[in-house]
Amino acid sequence: MLCAMIADTLDLTPEAFAAGTGWAIKPQGACRGDACVPLGGGPFDAAATAERLRMAVVHEPAAGLWAIGPDTLGDRALTTATAPDLELPRLDGTPFRLAELRGQKVAIVSWAPW
Amino acid sequence: MVTVCLDDADAARPHIEAAAPDHPSLVDPGHRMDALFGVVNVPSVVWVDEEGTVVRPPEPGWPGFPRTLPEGFGVLPAMGKTKETPEVDQRALLNSGQDRAGYADALRDWVEHGTASRYALSPDEVVARSRPAPPEASQAAAHFELAQHLWQAGRRDLAVPHFNASHRLQPDNWTYRRQAWSLVAQERDGGPLGRFAQGPLAGQESDWPFESDFASDLAQLGEGEYYPRTL
Repeated sequence: MLCAMIADTLDLTPEAFAAGTGWAIKPQGACRGDACVPLGGGPFDAAATAERLRMAVVHEPAAGLWAIGPDTLGDRALTTATAPDLELPRLDGTPFRLAELRGQKVAIVSWAPW
Repeated sequence: MVTVCLDDADAARPHIEAAAPDHPSLVDPGHRMDALFGVVNVPSVVWVDEEGTVVRPPEPGWPGFPRTLPEGFGVLPAMGKTKETPEVDQRALLNSGQDRAGYADALRDWVEHGTASRYALSPDEVVARSRPAPPEASQAAAHFELAQHLWQAGRRDLAVPHFNASHRLQPDNWTYRRQAWSLVAQERDGGPLGRFAQGPLAGQESDWPFESDFASDLAQLGEGEYYPRTL
């Protein structure tokens, strides 16, 4: 699973869909890493693609916003033991990627100020 | 070590600055850790080895020493009572079933012994222990992300129903519940510890917009059910 994206339209370009969901749209289908899901022919359709990838689509008409949820193709949060490509910002906004620590043992501790 | 705050930078800043860590300290207001790894509560620890392989999926974990907030951090607000709030010993429930002192020792064992550590799980065990991700999990994440976005945009009226939807769709995801409750409590209390109040404040019991609160939900649990023991 990757993460949810917010958009003000479902009329998304393949590039926008890829940027928001992590799934690149290629001739062989929607692809992430080595995995590709065939999409069938015709022009790109974000809603249909989300359905193929088992991503929820939620609409808030009063704000004109859509949310596309993470894919649930594998039925589990971790379908392999390979760590997802975690990328999150530091407090100052600079990006950090888990891959920067390759070669070290890492304990990722999630916490909250509540 | 990498720490990830499941809230925005403003909420994280006083804690991170007080701790002055020398490890990467990240912020995750959209709770990506939930979708990526299966985090559902805090504190939660994931172990990743040198090759980028998860050897323990998310589980409750503690540093092994008493933790207190620095002096002068603030005062907890007075909590209100709801009809669903029976008198329970919250601290006992939260601490039940845990060997908190042993978690840091387990981490040290893995640091020293690597794959030979009895705490390092095989890839198949990691996947088997990973949380199920049914369609409802994607729906919950979408509603939660939308709720956060709307809340940040000032549309409280639109955000709350989506928070409530995320809670209904993934009822055992405590980060979705506690985050939402903390946002309202923080706004109403205004103090530095307002976020810790995850229910109606005293005198505001009739004005709580969510379908439940921390005290009511915690009271439904048995011993060892809030933080399951995994070591």
